[in-house]
Amino acid sequence: MQTIDKNIQWYQSRFKAFELSLNGEKSKPTHAIRRDAVRCLSEIGFPTTRLEEWRFTNVSPITRIKFQPVLHYELNGIKRDDIQKYLIDNAIHAVFINGMFSSELSDIDMLPNGVAVGSLAEALKNTPEDVYPYISRLVKGGENAFTALNTAFLWDGGFLSVPKDTVIGRPIQFIFIASDSKQEYAAQPRNLIITGANSRCEVTETYIGLAQNTYFTNAVSEIVIGENSYLEHNKLQMENENAFHIGTTRILMSAAAHYISNAISFGGSLVRNDIAVVMNAEGSECTLNGLTLSTGKQVIDNHTTVDHVKPHCNSQELYKAILNGKSKGVFNGKIFVRKDAQKTDAKQTNKTLLLSDNATMNTKPQLEIFADDVKCTHGAAIGQLNDEQVFYLRSRGINLAAARDILTFAFAGDVINRITIEPLRRQVEKMIHARLDIGHAGLKEEEIFI
Amino acid sequence: MGLLEIKNLHANVNGNEILHGINLKVNIGEVHAIMGPNGSGKSTLAGVLAGREIYTVTEGQVLYQGKDLLRMNPEERAREGLFLAFQYPLEIPGVNNSYFLKAALNAIRKHKGLEELDAMDFLALLKQKTKLVEMNESFLNRPVNEGFSGGEKKRNEIFHMAVLEPKLSILDETDSGLDIDALKSVSEGVNKLRSKENATIIVTHYQRLLNYIIPDFVHVLVDGVIVKSGKKDLAVKLEELGYDWVREETEHAA
Repeated sequence: MQTIDKNIQWYQSRFKAFELSLNGEKSKPTHAIRRDAVRCLSEIGFPTTRLEEWRFTNVSPITRIKFQPVLHYELNGIKRDDIQKYLIDNAIHAVFINGMFSSELSDIDMLPNGVAVGSLAEALKNTPEDVYPYISRLVKGGENAFTALNTAFLWDGGFLSVPKDTVIGRPIQFIFIASDSKQEYAAQPRNLIITGANSRCEVTETYIGLAQNTYFTNAVSEIVIGENSYLEHNKLQMENENAFHIGTTRILMSAAAHYISNAISFGGSLVRNDIAVVMNAEGSECTLNGLTLSTGKQVIDNHTTVDHVKPHCNSQELYKAILNGKSKGVFNGKIFVRKDAQKTDAKQTNKTLLLSDNATMNTKPQLEIFADDVKCTHGAAIGQLNDEQVFYLRSRGINLAAARDILTFAFAGDVINRITIEPLRRQVEKMIHARLDIGHAGLKEEEIFI
Repeated sequence: MGLLEIKNLHANVNGNEILHGINLKVNIGEVHAIMGPNGSGKSTLAGVLAGREIYTVTEGQVLYQGKDLLRMNPEERAREGLFLAFQYPLEIPGVNNSYFLKAALNAIRKHKGLEELDAMDFLALLKQKTKLVEMNESFLNRPVNEGFSGGEKKRNEIFHMAVLEPKLSILDETDSGLDIDALKSVSEGVNKLRSKENATIIVTHYQRLLNYIIPDFVHVLVDGVIVKSGKKDLAVKLEELGYDWVREETEHAA
């Protein structure tokens, strides 16, 4: 416990320094939110595996390091060429370096009327009336130590505001770059997405580590979806193998809204994605898809919550994991169906493919149903490649390594195929390809997929 | 020299010996039928030849084109022109039938030192082969065997065979689960593929498939040994008298 206390003290001292640099900012409402969060951080402390919510994910590798919270934007010599391959073609690109918006690297012109894409810090400065009603409403500082830490240092992150009756014809991409550094730092983007009624857009959050340094991404995204509007929200996590990533995403849905989340996790040494959707009005529909691909000693934890508050909402969830080496996967899927939420239709599936005898998976569906006229199903399966299928492929002339890769690829296929943005889907396919060494087996990726 | 020479082959599963010394020679251009009751070792023989790993060969030798077949892994056997049409074709969700075949065909072509086919040539080849086996083209772009009926799966096996053009095909109970129309058309496909350049081993319980695919030789496998060999009429006699007839006859001989 002592080391944890020491680290809380460290962040308290960093907060004091941060506060001193703020000057006039201190009188603004955001600062009251920060102060409240730092108080919560001291009160709750970092979680331990004694807490049910953190039973399988030991965060001490994160809490034992004194990460320097990033407070200012620095380009750090990063060029557009360094990030080009991560950019989605034809998208609106908002680039962040260590959590801070980079106007040099971003490309956010030609937006439809009234649409705002870019920096939360800028939005707080220029149009605070658009931000205050939403910021820190869905993610309270006190939810856990990591949300408290993010909120205490709340400054910048991705901001998207879509007015009502607006369709953004191009996908939007928030690209979070972690730069190389000798200093171990914490990048803490705070993202806010607000969509108006009858709107439609696709947003992708991409997290990348450019070097092999140790850093900590502690991201929070708050998303409010307007009535009868559609949001596809992709998250592609490709941190480096020494990095830590904790991502908290909270979504509030209005009536007849449609939300799709595709959460793809490849990188990081210790990763936790925590996504919670509140279906707060009738007739909404949400789809949560997830894919984890891990190897070595990676730990990748996905916590999801779907909260059916009102009647006539549908949710479906498909999370898949492919674990190799000595890596560890965690899936915890909660579905709440509140007393009012009659006619709920909720489905949850978690499937894991273990490619090695030393990989482990902990999966836990958790359904709490308080209404009596609902349909809820869940299923979890953990398995290995089917030997008969491998033999079938080999009996046609395909070598063992390629047969295994084709089947592994196919396992991931039904999650990947749900990404509607084609360049992103291709990117994900290529990543899996590279990880599986299918190229070595003499096959091209487009030859494998449906 | 025969295309395939099986000499005194013994094989077991988990220590239970199933094949007790099989001898068989298949020459190029020939069609052999191996008939036998359930549990006689027919599928074991097919599996051993294709390289299925659950079987352990304890004695004997198999020469294929003069080479030691048992030392090759399954993909090498396939690339050398051996093909197994499965009794129960596997469903491979998420893997497109035609792309799967392209990977397979190009692996085989590469092995033979031939150039890999590009997408256009390959598509043309596929279309031609679908006609040959009377398969609907819509099956090309579906996941391998997923959601196919029993008959469609068997037809897809013959389609794979048509595309890969093996030297030696082993059809394991290809007739099982087929209605009479499907049986007829699948058999026609096999007959069209039959040539002086290849050979076929048909493994079957029933004689009915042999009404459509006329074998040059018929062998009767009982309890892991070939007890009787003959021509086409042996199959007809078996259908009339049943396998007990062969059993009795061999017991008398012993």
